[in-house]
Amino acid sequence: MGFFHRHRGLTPYLLLAPGILWLAVFFLVPLGFLAYQSLQSGNIDFGYAFTWSWGNYWTAIRDYRDQFIRSLEYAGIATVLALAISYPVAYWIAFRGGRWKNLLLLGIVAPFFVTYLIRTLAWQTILSDDSLVVRTLQNLHLLGANGRLLNTSVAVVAGITYNFLPFMALPLYVSLEQIDGRLIEAAEDLYASKFHAFLRVTLPLSLPGVVAGTLLTFIPAAGDFINAQLLGSPNNHMIGNVIQSKFLELTDYPAAASMSFILMAGILVAVAIYARIVGTEQLTGTAV
Amino acid sequence: MTSVAVEQRTPRRNTLAAAFAFVRRHVLTVYSLLFFAYLLLPIAVVVVFSFNHPAGKFNYVWQGFTWNNWLHWDGVPGIRSAIILSLEIALFASIVATALGTAIALALVRYGFRGRGTTNILIFLPLSTPEIVLGASLLTLFLNLNVIFGFWTILIAHIMFCISFAVVTVKARLVGFDRHLEEAAMDLGANEWTTFRKVTLPLIGPAILAALLLCFAISIDDFVVTYFNSGSKVTFPLFVWGAARIGAPPQVNVIGTAIFVIALAAMLANVLFQMRRAKGAS
Repeated sequence: MGFFHRHRGLTPYLLLAPGILWLAVFFLVPLGFLAYQSLQSGNIDFGYAFTWSWGNYWTAIRDYRDQFIRSLEYAGIATVLALAISYPVAYWIAFRGGRWKNLLLLGIVAPFFVTYLIRTLAWQTILSDDSLVVRTLQNLHLLGANGRLLNTSVAVVAGITYNFLPFMALPLYVSLEQIDGRLIEAAEDLYASKFHAFLRVTLPLSLPGVVAGTLLTFIPAAGDFINAQLLGSPNNHMIGNVIQSKFLELTDYPAAASMSFILMAGILVAVAIYARIVGTEQLTGTAV
Repeated sequence: MTSVAVEQRTPRRNTLAAAFAFVRRHVLTVYSLLFFAYLLLPIAVVVVFSFNHPAGKFNYVWQGFTWNNWLHWDGVPGIRSAIILSLEIALFASIVATALGTAIALALVRYGFRGRGTTNILIFLPLSTPEIVLGASLLTLFLNLNVIFGFWTILIAHIMFCISFAVVTVKARLVGFDRHLEEAAMDLGANEWTTFRKVTLPLIGPAILAALLLCFAISIDDFVVTYFNSGSKVTFPLFVWGAARIGAPPQVNVIGTAIFVIALAAMLANVLFQMRRAKGAS
Protein backbone atom coordinates (compact mmCIF):
# COMPACT_ATOMS: atom_id res chain seq x y z
CA MET A 1 0.00 0.00 0.00
CA GLY A 2 0.97 3.61 -0.23
CA PHE A 3 3.22 5.72 1.95
CA PHE A 4 0.26 7.08 3.90
CA HIS A 5 -0.85 3.60 4.91
CA ARG A 6 2.54 2.51 6.14
CA HIS A 7 2.88 5.67 8.21
CA ARG A 8 -0.67 6.38 9.33
CA GLY A 9 0.49 7.94 12.56
CA LEU A 10 2.53 10.46 10.62
CA THR A 11 -0.26 11.71 8.36
CA PRO A 12 -1.69 14.34 10.74
CA TYR A 13 1.76 15.76 11.37
CA LEU A 14 2.52 15.91 7.65
CA LEU A 15 -0.73 17.77 7.10
CA LEU A 16 -0.07 20.16 9.96
CA ALA A 17 3.61 20.80 9.34
CA PRO A 18 3.59 23.47 6.60
CA GLY A 19 0.88 25.67 8.10
CA ILE A 20 2.00 25.31 11.69
CA LEU A 21 5.59 25.98 10.67
CA TRP A 22 4.45 29.14 8.90
CA LEU A 23 2.60 30.34 12.00
CA ALA A 24 5.51 29.41 14.25
CA VAL A 25 8.10 31.23 12.14
CA PHE A 26 6.04 34.28 11.18
CA PHE A 27 3.82 34.67 14.24
CA LEU A 28 5.40 33.12 17.36
CA VAL A 29 9.06 33.81 16.60
CA PRO A 30 8.32 37.47 15.74
CA LEU A 31 6.57 37.87 19.11
CA GLY A 32 9.79 36.60 20.68
CA PHE A 33 11.77 39.14 18.68
CA LEU A 34 9.35 41.86 19.75
CA ALA A 35 9.90 40.90 23.41
CA TYR A 36 13.67 40.89 22.84
CA GLN A 37 13.49 44.29 21.17
CA SER A 38 11.38 45.72 23.97
CA LEU A 39 14.17 45.16 26.49
CA GLN A 40 16.89 46.79 24.39
CA SER A 41 18.41 50.22 24.75
CA GLY A 42 20.20 52.52 22.34
CA ASN A 43 19.07 54.31 19.21
CA ILE A 44 18.82 53.76 15.49
CA ASP A 45 22.10 55.52 14.64
CA PHE A 46 24.39 53.73 17.11
CA GLY A 47 22.46 50.49 17.18
CA TYR A 48 20.48 48.75 19.88
CA ALA A 49 21.83 46.42 22.53
CA PHE A 50 19.97 43.96 24.71
CA THR A 51 20.29 45.25 28.28
CA TRP A 52 17.22 43.93 30.09
CA SER A 53 16.04 47.48 30.05
CA TRP A 54 12.68 47.13 31.80
CA GLY A 55 12.75 50.89 32.10
CA ASN A 56 11.24 51.03 28.57
CA TYR A 57 8.00 49.70 30.02
CA TRP A 58 7.84 52.20 32.87
CA THR A 59 8.74 55.09 30.60
CA ALA A 60 6.04 54.04 28.15
CA ILE A 61 3.39 53.85 30.87
CA ARG A 62 4.52 57.16 32.37
CA ASP A 63 4.63 59.09 29.10
CA TYR A 64 1.66 57.55 27.33
CA ARG A 65 -0.74 56.74 30.14
CA ASP A 66 -3.45 58.88 28.51
CA GLN A 67 -3.20 57.07 25.19
CA PHE A 68 -3.33 53.65 26.85
CA ILE A 69 -6.38 54.56 28.90
CA ARG A 70 -8.01 56.24 25.91
CA SER A 71 -7.54 53.12 23.78
CA LEU A 72 -9.30 50.90 26.30
CA GLU A 73 -11.94 53.58 26.91
CA TYR A 74 -12.76 54.19 23.23
CA ALA A 75 -12.70 50.47 22.47
CA GLY A 76 -14.94 49.78 25.47
CA ILE A 77 -17.49 52.45 24.57
CA ALA A 78 -17.49 51.39 20.91
CA THR A 79 -18.04 47.76 21.92
CA VAL A 80 -21.01 48.61 24.14
CA LEU A 81 -22.47 50.83 21.40
CA ALA A 82 -21.98 48.13 18.76
CA LEU A 83 -23.70 45.61 21.04
CA ALA A 84 -26.64 47.93 21.71
CA ILE A 85 -27.00 48.90 18.06
CA SER A 86 -26.72 45.44 16.52
CA TYR A 87 -28.51 43.22 19.06
CA PRO A 88 -32.04 44.22 17.98
CA VAL A 89 -31.12 43.77 14.33
CA ALA A 90 -29.51 40.36 14.91
CA TYR A 91 -32.68 39.42 16.83
CA TRP A 92 -34.89 40.69 14.02
CA ILE A 93 -33.00 38.73 11.36
CA ALA A 94 -32.81 35.54 13.46
CA PHE A 95 -36.51 35.46 14.39
CA ARG A 96 -38.22 37.38 11.60
CA GLY A 97 -35.82 36.99 8.69
CA GLY A 98 -37.58 33.91 7.33
CA ARG A 99 -36.14 32.95 4.00
CA TRP A 100 -34.51 36.37 3.61
CA LYS A 101 -32.05 35.66 6.41
CA ASN A 102 -29.04 35.14 4.17
CA LEU A 103 -29.83 38.20 2.12
CA LEU A 104 -30.16 40.34 5.25
CA LEU A 105 -26.88 38.99 6.59
CA LEU A 106 -25.28 39.92 3.31
CA GLY A 107 -26.67 43.41 3.89
CA ILE A 108 -24.73 43.56 7.16
CA VAL A 109 -21.50 42.36 5.58
CA ALA A 110 -21.83 44.26 2.30
CA PRO A 111 -20.53 47.67 3.48
CA PHE A 112 -17.35 45.96 4.52
CA PHE A 113 -16.49 45.08 0.96
CA VAL A 114 -15.53 48.71 0.66
CA THR A 115 -11.92 49.13 1.75
CA TYR A 116 -11.62 49.99 5.47
CA LEU A 117 -9.78 53.24 4.76
CA ILE A 118 -12.27 54.40 2.13
CA ARG A 119 -15.17 53.67 4.48
CA THR A 120 -13.48 55.74 7.15
CA LEU A 121 -12.80 58.55 4.68
CA ALA A 122 -16.51 58.50 3.84
CA TRP A 123 -17.25 59.15 7.52
CA GLN A 124 -14.79 62.02 7.32
CA THR A 125 -16.99 63.49 4.60
CA ILE A 126 -20.23 62.79 6.48
CA LEU A 127 -18.99 64.31 9.74
CA SER A 128 -17.09 67.23 8.19
CA ASP A 129 -17.89 70.75 9.36
CA ASP A 130 -20.35 71.83 6.68
CA SER A 131 -22.02 68.46 6.30
CA LEU A 132 -25.74 67.86 6.56
CA VAL A 133 -25.32 65.89 9.79
CA VAL A 134 -23.37 68.62 11.55
CA ARG A 135 -25.68 71.41 10.34
CA THR A 136 -28.77 69.46 11.43
CA LEU A 137 -27.31 68.88 14.87
CA GLN A 138 -26.44 72.58 15.09
CA ASN A 139 -29.99 73.58 14.11
CA LEU A 140 -31.37 71.24 16.77
CA HIS A 141 -28.99 72.88 19.26
CA LEU A 142 -27.55 69.49 20.07
CA LEU A 143 -24.29 70.96 18.90
CA GLY A 144 -23.10 74.53 19.47
CA ALA A 145 -23.19 77.00 16.56
CA ASN A 146 -19.49 76.39 16.02
CA GLY A 147 -19.65 72.84 17.30
CA ARG A 148 -18.05 70.15 15.23
CA LEU A 149 -17.86 66.40 15.06
CA LEU A 150 -14.76 65.80 13.00
CA ASN A 151 -11.57 65.79 15.08
CA THR A 152 -13.46 65.00 18.27
CA SER A 153 -13.63 61.86 20.38
CA VAL A 154 -17.25 61.45 19.27
CA ALA A 155 -16.14 60.99 15.65
CA VAL A 156 -13.40 58.53 16.60
CA VAL A 157 -15.71 56.38 18.73
CA ALA A 158 -18.40 56.55 16.03
CA GLY A 159 -15.89 55.43 13.42
CA ILE A 160 -14.65 52.52 15.53
CA THR A 161 -18.22 51.47 16.30
CA TYR A 162 -19.16 51.47 12.65
CA ASN A 163 -16.03 49.74 11.40
CA PHE A 164 -16.29 46.78 13.78
CA LEU A 165 -20.09 46.30 13.66
CA PRO A 166 -20.13 43.02 11.69
CA PHE A 167 -17.76 41.44 14.22
CA MET A 168 -20.50 42.08 16.77
CA ALA A 169 -23.61 41.48 14.66
CA LEU A 170 -22.61 38.14 13.12
CA PRO A 171 -21.79 36.21 16.34
CA LEU A 172 -24.96 37.66 17.90
CA TYR A 173 -26.99 36.44 14.97
CA VAL A 174 -25.42 32.96 15.09
CA SER A 175 -26.23 32.47 18.78
CA LEU A 176 -29.76 33.89 18.44
CA GLU A 177 -30.45 31.79 15.37
CA GLN A 178 -29.51 28.60 17.22
CA ILE A 179 -32.09 29.14 19.96
CA ASP A 180 -34.85 26.54 19.84
CA GLY A 181 -38.08 28.45 19.28
CA ARG A 182 -39.97 25.95 21.44
CA LEU A 183 -37.97 27.07 24.49
CA ILE A 184 -39.23 30.61 24.02
CA GLU A 185 -42.79 29.38 23.51
CA ALA A 186 -42.54 27.33 26.68
CA ALA A 187 -41.18 30.33 28.55
CA GLU A 188 -44.00 32.52 27.26
CA ASP A 189 -46.49 29.96 28.50
CA LEU A 190 -44.83 29.89 31.91
CA TYR A 191 -43.86 33.51 32.45
CA ALA A 192 -46.88 34.86 30.58
CA SER A 193 -45.10 38.01 29.43
CA LYS A 194 -43.02 38.05 26.29
CA PHE A 195 -40.71 40.58 27.84
CA HIS A 196 -39.93 38.27 30.75
CA ALA A 197 -39.52 35.35 28.39
CA PHE A 198 -36.95 37.40 26.51
CA LEU A 199 -35.16 38.41 29.70
CA ARG A 200 -35.11 34.93 31.22
CA VAL A 201 -34.62 32.73 28.15
CA THR A 202 -33.59 34.47 24.93
CA LEU A 203 -31.05 36.83 26.45
CA PRO A 204 -29.19 34.21 28.54
CA LEU A 205 -29.14 31.81 25.60
CA SER A 206 -27.64 34.47 23.36
CA LEU A 207 -24.85 35.25 25.84
CA PRO A 208 -22.23 33.14 24.00
CA GLY A 209 -22.80 35.40 20.98
CA VAL A 210 -22.54 38.50 23.16
CA VAL A 211 -19.25 37.28 24.61
CA ALA A 212 -17.80 36.32 21.21
CA GLY A 213 -18.96 39.57 19.61
CA THR A 214 -17.59 41.65 22.48
CA LEU A 215 -14.15 40.07 22.23
CA LEU A 216 -14.06 40.22 18.43
CA THR A 217 -14.92 43.92 18.57
CA PHE A 218 -12.96 45.03 21.61
CA ILE A 219 -9.59 43.45 20.80
CA PRO A 220 -9.07 44.91 17.31
CA ALA A 221 -10.68 48.19 18.39
CA ALA A 222 -8.19 48.68 21.24
CA GLY A 223 -5.29 48.37 18.79
CA ASP A 224 -6.84 50.54 16.08
CA PHE A 225 -5.21 53.77 14.98
CA ILE A 226 -6.90 54.46 11.65
CA ASN A 227 -10.08 55.99 13.08
CA ALA A 228 -8.14 58.18 15.49
CA GLN A 229 -5.86 59.29 12.65
CA LEU A 230 -8.55 60.07 10.09
CA LEU A 231 -11.45 61.20 12.29
CA GLY A 232 -9.73 62.56 15.38
CA SER A 233 -7.25 65.23 16.38
CA PRO A 234 -3.94 64.49 18.13
CA ASN A 235 -5.90 64.85 21.37
CA ASN A 236 -7.83 61.73 20.43
CA HIS A 237 -4.82 59.63 19.51
CA MET A 238 -4.82 56.10 20.81
CA ILE A 239 -1.86 53.92 21.69
CA GLY A 240 -1.93 52.44 18.19
CA ASN A 241 -1.04 55.86 16.80
CA VAL A 242 1.93 56.10 19.15
CA ILE A 243 3.18 52.58 18.39
CA GLN A 244 2.80 53.23 14.68
CA SER A 245 4.72 56.50 14.71
CA LYS A 246 7.43 55.20 17.07
CA PHE A 247 8.02 52.24 14.79
CA LEU A 248 7.72 53.80 11.37
CA GLU A 249 8.51 57.48 11.81
CA LEU A 250 10.69 57.87 14.91
CA THR A 251 12.37 54.42 14.67
CA ASP A 252 12.33 54.13 18.46
CA TYR A 253 11.91 50.36 18.30
CA PRO A 254 12.38 49.40 21.97
CA ALA A 255 9.78 51.91 23.13
CA ALA A 256 7.30 50.85 20.43
CA ALA A 257 7.88 47.16 21.19
CA SER A 258 7.31 47.61 24.92
CA MET A 259 4.11 49.56 24.17
CA SER A 260 2.85 46.69 22.03
CA PHE A 261 3.21 44.34 24.99
CA ILE A 262 1.60 46.78 27.39
CA LEU A 263 -1.33 47.07 24.96
CA MET A 264 -1.68 43.28 24.86
CA ALA A 265 -1.44 43.10 28.66
CA GLY A 266 -4.10 45.81 28.96
CA ILE A 267 -6.41 43.91 26.61
CA LEU A 268 -5.82 40.67 28.53
CA VAL A 269 -6.68 42.32 31.85
CA ALA A 270 -9.82 43.91 30.36
CA VAL A 271 -10.88 40.58 28.85
CA ALA A 272 -10.20 38.76 32.16
CA ILE A 273 -12.33 41.26 34.10
CA TYR A 274 -15.07 40.93 31.50
CA ALA A 275 -14.90 37.12 31.59
CA ARG A 276 -15.35 37.28 35.35
CA ILE A 277 -18.40 39.54 35.16
CA VAL A 278 -20.06 37.61 32.35
CA GLY A 279 -19.14 34.28 33.91
CA THR A 280 -20.88 35.06 37.17
CA GLU A 281 -23.84 36.71 35.45
CA GLN A 282 -24.27 33.71 33.24
CA LEU A 283 -24.20 31.45 36.27
CA THR A 284 -26.87 33.41 38.12
CA GLY A 285 -28.86 33.69 34.91
CA THR A 286 -29.13 29.92 34.60
CA ALA A 287 -29.60 29.41 38.34
CA VAL A 288 -32.70 31.62 38.54
CA MET B 1 -64.78 37.21 43.47
CA THR B 2 -62.23 35.31 41.56
CA SER B 3 -63.56 36.53 38.23
CA VAL B 4 -63.34 40.16 39.40
CA ALA B 5 -59.74 39.65 40.54
CA VAL B 6 -58.86 38.17 37.20
CA GLU B 7 -60.57 40.99 35.35
CA GLN B 8 -58.65 43.55 37.35
CA ARG B 9 -55.36 41.92 36.64
CA THR B 10 -55.61 41.00 32.99
CA PRO B 11 -56.09 44.44 31.39
CA ARG B 12 -52.82 45.73 32.76
CA ARG B 13 -51.00 42.64 31.77
CA ASN B 14 -52.67 42.70 28.38
CA THR B 15 -51.76 46.30 27.62
CA LEU B 16 -48.18 45.61 28.63
CA ALA B 17 -48.08 42.48 26.54
CA ALA B 18 -49.77 44.26 23.65
CA ALA B 19 -47.33 47.14 23.91
CA PHE B 20 -44.42 44.77 23.87
CA ALA B 21 -45.92 42.82 20.99
CA PHE B 22 -46.32 46.08 19.07
CA VAL B 23 -42.72 46.99 19.81
CA ARG B 24 -41.61 43.63 18.61
CA ARG B 25 -43.73 43.68 15.51
CA HIS B 26 -43.20 47.17 14.12
CA VAL B 27 -40.61 49.20 15.97
CA LEU B 28 -38.09 46.43 15.56
CA THR B 29 -38.64 46.36 11.81
CA VAL B 30 -38.42 50.14 11.51
CA TYR B 31 -35.31 50.14 13.67
CA SER B 32 -33.72 47.43 11.54
CA LEU B 33 -34.38 49.36 8.36
CA LEU B 34 -32.81 52.45 9.94
CA PHE B 35 -29.86 50.29 10.93
CA PHE B 36 -29.36 49.23 7.32
CA ALA B 37 -29.63 52.84 6.19
CA TYR B 38 -26.90 53.71 8.69
CA LEU B 39 -24.73 50.84 7.45
CA LEU B 40 -25.13 51.86 3.84
CA LEU B 41 -24.80 55.64 4.31
CA PRO B 42 -20.98 55.77 3.99
CA ILE B 43 -21.14 53.38 1.04
CA ALA B 44 -23.60 55.69 -0.69
CA VAL B 45 -21.18 58.56 -0.07
CA VAL B 46 -18.32 56.56 -1.59
CA VAL B 47 -20.36 55.70 -4.68
CA VAL B 48 -21.82 59.19 -5.16
CA PHE B 49 -18.47 60.93 -4.76
CA SER B 50 -16.92 58.62 -7.35
CA PHE B 51 -18.99 60.68 -9.83
CA ASN B 52 -18.03 64.01 -8.31
CA HIS B 53 -16.19 66.66 -10.25
CA PRO B 54 -14.07 68.19 -7.49
CA ALA B 55 -12.97 71.79 -7.95
CA GLY B 56 -9.81 71.60 -5.86
CA LYS B 57 -7.86 68.64 -4.61
CA PHE B 58 -10.37 67.84 -1.88
CA ASN B 59 -13.20 65.51 -2.77
CA TYR B 60 -15.45 66.50 0.15
CA VAL B 61 -18.10 68.75 -1.36
CA TRP B 62 -20.38 67.83 -4.22
CA GLN B 63 -19.53 69.95 -7.27
CA GLY B 64 -21.08 68.26 -10.26
CA PHE B 65 -21.61 64.99 -12.05
CA THR B 66 -18.98 63.50 -14.31
CA TRP B 67 -18.07 60.14 -15.83
CA ASN B 68 -14.47 61.30 -15.98
CA ASN B 69 -13.22 59.53 -12.85
CA TRP B 70 -14.57 56.23 -14.10
CA LEU B 71 -13.17 56.70 -17.61
CA HIS B 72 -9.78 57.71 -16.19
CA TRP B 73 -9.75 55.38 -13.20
CA ASP B 74 -5.97 55.15 -13.39
CA GLY B 75 -5.53 58.85 -14.03
CA VAL B 76 -3.64 59.31 -10.77
CA PRO B 77 0.05 58.38 -10.66
CA GLY B 78 0.66 55.20 -8.69
CA ILE B 79 -2.91 53.98 -8.42
CA ARG B 80 -2.61 51.40 -11.18
CA SER B 81 0.53 49.72 -9.82
CA ALA B 82 -0.98 49.78 -6.31
CA ILE B 83 -4.09 47.92 -7.50
CA ILE B 84 -2.02 45.39 -9.42
CA LEU B 85 0.19 44.74 -6.38
CA SER B 86 -2.87 44.31 -4.15
CA LEU B 87 -4.42 41.84 -6.58
CA GLU B 88 -1.19 39.84 -6.88
CA ILE B 89 -0.68 39.66 -3.14
CA ALA B 90 -4.33 38.75 -2.51
CA LEU B 91 -4.24 36.02 -5.17
CA PHE B 92 -1.05 34.33 -3.95
CA ALA B 93 -1.79 34.82 -0.27
CA SER B 94 -5.30 33.37 -0.53
CA ILE B 95 -4.12 30.31 -2.49
CA VAL B 96 -1.20 29.49 -0.19
CA ALA B 97 -3.10 30.26 3.03
CA THR B 98 -6.11 28.17 1.93
CA ALA B 99 -3.88 25.21 1.02
CA LEU B 100 -2.04 25.35 4.35
CA GLY B 101 -5.25 26.01 6.27
CA THR B 102 -7.17 23.15 4.61
CA ALA B 103 -4.38 20.72 5.51
CA ILE B 104 -4.48 21.87 9.14
CA ALA B 105 -8.28 21.61 9.22
CA LEU B 106 -8.13 18.06 7.82
CA ALA B 107 -5.58 17.02 10.44
CA LEU B 108 -7.60 18.59 13.27
CA VAL B 109 -10.93 17.03 12.33
CA ARG B 110 -9.75 13.66 11.01
CA TYR B 111 -6.94 12.52 13.23
CA GLY B 112 -6.31 12.11 16.90
CA PHE B 113 -2.76 13.18 17.63
CA ARG B 114 -0.67 14.60 20.42
CA GLY B 115 -0.56 18.37 20.44
CA ARG B 116 -4.13 19.02 19.27
CA GLY B 117 -4.76 21.50 22.05
CA THR B 118 -1.57 23.39 21.29
CA THR B 119 -2.43 23.45 17.59
CA ASN B 120 -5.88 24.85 18.32
CA ILE B 121 -4.37 27.58 20.48
CA LEU B 122 -1.80 28.43 17.80
CA ILE B 123 -4.63 28.81 15.28
CA PHE B 124 -6.70 30.93 17.66
CA LEU B 125 -3.92 33.26 18.82
CA PRO B 126 -3.37 35.28 15.59
CA LEU B 127 -7.14 35.87 15.42
CA SER B 128 -7.15 37.36 18.90
CA THR B 129 -4.04 39.49 18.56
CA PRO B 130 -4.49 43.12 17.52
CA GLU B 131 -3.31 43.69 13.98
CA ILE B 132 -0.85 46.33 15.08
CA VAL B 133 0.96 43.76 17.23
CA LEU B 134 1.03 41.25 14.35
CA GLY B 135 2.50 43.90 12.07
CA ALA B 136 4.96 45.24 14.62
CA SER B 137 6.32 41.84 15.59
CA LEU B 138 6.86 40.79 11.98
CA LEU B 139 8.55 44.12 11.33
CA THR B 140 10.88 43.44 14.26
CA LEU B 141 11.72 39.98 12.92
CA PHE B 142 12.51 41.29 9.45
CA LEU B 143 14.52 44.22 10.82
CA ASN B 144 16.61 41.95 13.02
CA LEU B 145 17.29 39.53 10.17
CA ASN B 146 18.05 42.41 7.77
CA VAL B 147 15.39 41.24 5.34
CA ILE B 148 14.67 43.67 2.51
CA PHE B 149 11.07 44.86 2.73
CA GLY B 150 8.88 44.54 -0.35
CA PHE B 151 6.68 42.07 -2.20
CA TRP B 152 7.86 39.00 -0.27
CA THR B 153 7.54 40.48 3.20
CA ILE B 154 3.98 41.61 2.37
CA LEU B 155 3.11 38.19 0.99
CA ILE B 156 4.57 36.35 4.01
CA ALA B 157 2.58 38.60 6.34
CA HIS B 158 -0.68 38.15 4.46
CA ILE B 159 -0.35 34.36 4.34
CA MET B 160 0.35 34.40 8.09
CA PHE B 161 -2.83 36.24 9.08
CA CYS B 162 -4.99 34.42 6.50
CA ILE B 163 -4.14 30.86 7.63
CA SER B 164 -6.29 30.94 10.76
CA PHE B 165 -9.31 32.25 8.85
CA ALA B 166 -8.89 29.44 6.29
CA VAL B 167 -8.63 26.79 9.02
CA VAL B 168 -11.76 28.03 10.79
CA THR B 169 -13.77 28.18 7.55
CA VAL B 170 -12.83 24.72 6.27
CA LYS B 171 -13.09 23.11 9.71
CA ALA B 172 -16.68 24.26 10.11
CA ARG B 173 -17.61 22.31 7.00
CA LEU B 174 -15.51 19.22 7.76
CA VAL B 175 -17.16 18.71 11.14
CA GLY B 176 -20.52 17.94 9.54
CA PHE B 177 -18.99 15.61 6.99
CA ASP B 178 -20.09 11.96 6.60
CA ARG B 179 -16.96 9.83 6.89
CA HIS B 180 -18.81 6.75 5.64
CA LEU B 181 -18.49 8.10 2.11
CA GLU B 182 -14.72 7.91 2.35
CA GLU B 183 -14.80 4.51 3.98
CA ALA B 184 -17.02 3.26 1.16
CA ALA B 185 -14.50 4.52 -1.40
CA MET B 186 -11.66 2.82 0.44
CA ASP B 187 -13.66 -0.43 0.68
CA LEU B 188 -14.09 -0.27 -3.06
CA GLY B 189 -10.34 -0.21 -3.47
CA ALA B 190 -9.41 3.45 -3.71
CA ASN B 191 -6.27 4.46 -1.85
CA GLU B 192 -6.17 7.48 0.46
CA TRP B 193 -5.03 9.92 -2.18
CA THR B 194 -7.65 8.81 -4.74
CA THR B 195 -10.32 8.92 -2.03
CA PHE B 196 -9.26 12.43 -1.10
CA ARG B 197 -9.31 13.56 -4.73
CA LYS B 198 -12.53 11.88 -5.81
CA VAL B 199 -14.63 12.02 -2.61
CA THR B 200 -13.30 14.41 0.00
CA LEU B 201 -12.26 17.29 -2.23
CA PRO B 202 -15.56 17.61 -4.13
CA LEU B 203 -17.47 17.54 -0.83
CA ILE B 204 -15.40 20.19 0.93
CA GLY B 205 -14.94 22.15 -2.30
CA PRO B 206 -17.46 24.84 -1.37
CA ALA B 207 -15.70 25.37 1.98
CA ILE B 208 -12.35 25.68 0.23
CA LEU B 209 -13.82 28.18 -2.18
CA ALA B 210 -15.31 30.12 0.73
CA ALA B 211 -11.92 30.13 2.47
CA LEU B 212 -10.23 31.35 -0.73
CA LEU B 213 -12.70 34.22 -1.13
CA LEU B 214 -12.50 35.17 2.55
CA CYS B 215 -8.69 35.21 2.47
CA PHE B 216 -8.73 37.21 -0.76
CA ALA B 217 -11.11 39.76 0.76
CA ILE B 218 -9.10 40.08 3.99
CA SER B 219 -5.82 40.37 2.12
CA ILE B 220 -6.97 43.00 -0.35
CA ASP B 221 -8.44 45.12 2.47
CA ASP B 222 -5.50 44.85 4.85
CA PHE B 223 -3.82 48.06 5.84
CA VAL B 224 -2.18 47.77 9.25
CA VAL B 225 0.04 44.71 8.85
CA THR B 226 0.95 45.74 5.31
CA TYR B 227 1.83 49.26 6.45
CA PHE B 228 4.43 47.82 8.84
CA ASN B 229 5.97 45.39 6.37
CA SER B 230 5.79 46.97 2.93
CA GLY B 231 9.01 48.95 2.73
CA SER B 232 8.58 51.23 -0.26
CA LYS B 233 5.95 49.04 -1.97
CA VAL B 234 2.44 50.47 -2.14
CA THR B 235 -0.72 48.36 -2.06
CA PHE B 236 -4.10 49.91 -2.75
CA PRO B 237 -4.97 50.55 0.94
CA LEU B 238 -1.53 52.11 1.40
CA PHE B 239 -2.17 54.29 -1.64
CA VAL B 240 -5.45 55.46 -0.08
CA TRP B 241 -3.63 56.23 3.19
CA GLY B 242 -1.02 58.29 1.40
CA ALA B 243 -3.63 60.04 -0.73
CA ALA B 244 -5.81 60.81 2.31
CA ARG B 245 -3.09 63.04 3.74
CA ILE B 246 -3.15 65.36 0.77
CA GLY B 247 -6.81 64.86 -0.20
CA ALA B 248 -7.91 61.59 -1.77
CA PRO B 249 -8.73 61.87 -5.51
CA PRO B 250 -12.17 60.65 -6.70
CA GLN B 251 -10.41 57.71 -8.39
CA VAL B 252 -10.04 56.19 -4.93
CA ASN B 253 -13.86 56.16 -4.71
CA VAL B 254 -14.04 54.63 -8.18
CA ILE B 255 -11.82 51.69 -7.19
CA GLY B 256 -13.59 51.36 -3.84
CA THR B 257 -16.95 51.23 -5.61
CA ALA B 258 -15.66 48.74 -8.17
CA ILE B 259 -14.32 46.35 -5.49
CA PHE B 260 -17.62 46.71 -3.61
CA VAL B 261 -19.76 45.95 -6.66
CA ILE B 262 -17.68 42.93 -7.71
CA ALA B 263 -17.63 41.44 -4.19
CA LEU B 264 -21.33 42.14 -3.71
CA ALA B 265 -22.23 40.53 -7.04
CA ALA B 266 -20.26 37.38 -6.16
CA MET B 267 -21.87 37.14 -2.71
CA LEU B 268 -25.33 37.93 -4.04
CA ALA B 269 -25.06 35.18 -6.66
CA ASN B 270 -24.05 32.75 -3.91
CA VAL B 271 -26.92 33.78 -1.60
CA LEU B 272 -29.53 33.66 -4.36
CA PHE B 273 -28.24 30.24 -5.41
CA GLN B 274 -28.60 28.99 -1.82
CA MET B 275 -32.07 30.49 -1.51
CA ARG B 276 -33.19 28.80 -4.71
CA ARG B 277 -31.74 25.49 -3.56
CA ALA B 278 -33.43 25.81 -0.16
CA LYS B 279 -36.71 26.59 -1.90
CA GLY B 280 -36.33 23.54 -4.16
CA ALA B 281 -35.57 21.33 -1.18
CA SER B 282 -38.59 22.38 0.89
